[in-house]
Amino acid sequence: MNWNWISSNVGAIADAALDHVVLTALAVGIGFAISFLFALLIHHDRRFYSPISGITGLLYTIPSLALLALLTPITGLSLLTAEIALVSYTLLILTRHIVAGLDGVPREIDEAAVGMGYDVGGRLMRVDLPLAIPLIVAGLRVATVTTIGLVMVTAFIGEGGLGQLMLRGFNFRNYTAVYVGAIVTVGLAIVADLGLITAGRLATPWTRPR
Amino acid sequence: MELFGEAFAWFTDPANWSGVTGIPNRMFEHVWLSALTIAVGTLVALPIGLAIGHTRRGAFLAVSIANVGRALPSYSLLLIFFTFLGIGFASAFPALLVLTIPPILTSTYVGVTEVDRDMVEAGRGMGMTEVELLRRVEVPMALPVIIAGVRIAAVQVVATATLAALVGGGALGRFIVDGFGLQRHDQLVGGAILVALLALATERSFTLLERRVISPGVRGVVDKEPAATPRPVLEMGA
Repeated sequence: MNWNWISSNVGAIADAALDHVVLTALAVGIGFAISFLFALLIHHDRRFYSPISGITGLLYTIPSLALLALLTPITGLSLLTAEIALVSYTLLILTRHIVAGLDGVPREIDEAAVGMGYDVGGRLMRVDLPLAIPLIVAGLRVATVTTIGLVMVTAFIGEGGLGQLMLRGFNFRNYTAVYVGAIVTVGLAIVADLGLITAGRLATPWTRPR
Repeated sequence: MELFGEAFAWFTDPANWSGVTGIPNRMFEHVWLSALTIAVGTLVALPIGLAIGHTRRGAFLAVSIANVGRALPSYSLLLIFFTFLGIGFASAFPALLVLTIPPILTSTYVGVTEVDRDMVEAGRGMGMTEVELLRRVEVPMALPVIIAGVRIAAVQVVATATLAALVGGGALGRFIVDGFGLQRHDQLVGGAILVALLALATERSFTLLERRVISPGVRGVVDKEPAATPRPVLEMGA
């Protein structure tokens, strides 16, 4: 460990970490929006299940580096390429968790909601979704931690946040940068995970014992 | 699409099919590295998972290992191992091995734990020893979950073995990493297609294996579940 390098590059490390967070947040955010739509389709009509899980499963199985390599000739060395790849990997995880969450709502509760006069939209927004929060948060945790790891690989196309820092360290045999990149990434993953757990708890006050 | 024309030309060029840098050898390296890692990873993680699942002791350890494993990205692992072990398969192998252990360990432990306790008690009542219980009751019942864990690990290893090229390993990643370096789109896309096909083939062969080795009785139980209820994803992918 070269401590001098660390102290003289705090700014660069912080920039890389910020890039990393932005790349992750964009991917999980866009991935969540798409997955949410997919999940609603599946929840509405089971026939959507096979095609959607087929496509998202295929995307999930294709190795990240291969997907980046396939996209680069088309969309170039760009943020767009990185995000298409990153979003692809969140879809399977998030869709499955959201559907599982919506499916897990007990029938009696849904029937009670219908009896109280909720229409389809109101039931979804005010009954089904709140009850699905624990599973949705579980999905977001897996997707976020996975994405934080995958962002690294986008260093190959000039993005990558901390992955870029590590790749440069690797190329110039500056191992301190490699270790710092790895440690900060794990730190980010832990902080993100704890943050999501806390957010999930705050969003579901009824699950806490009184 | 000009691009796929280029990739097609790359695939049909005989020069890409011979020698150390040819497609067959790179494919062989990729499969060999992945298979070795999965075999060793299973040998290490399976017994530990079975022991934890059967005795119900050390579950906290298993969960912790799985979580740490998820937070440590394969890319970081490769580069870190490189700083200790240098260029080539020597650093790729341990990095990949670390990846295989969490999914296999957790799925084995979860699979065995989920086996109906009444079945185990019935076996015990029939005079089975602990080892027999594990071998003839718990493992067959838990097999779908265990194989799913190995499948997740295998797909992940095939994906990550691509990154081994970064630390100077061979394998199919060579085409991609060099394709990026040389700005050669034909070999970039060609390599990507090969890796993607290999990952899909790996996934497919484990699905077929599942059908073959899982006891029909257990499969029957599995099939009775509504097919469209998706399982939450346990582990990360590539």
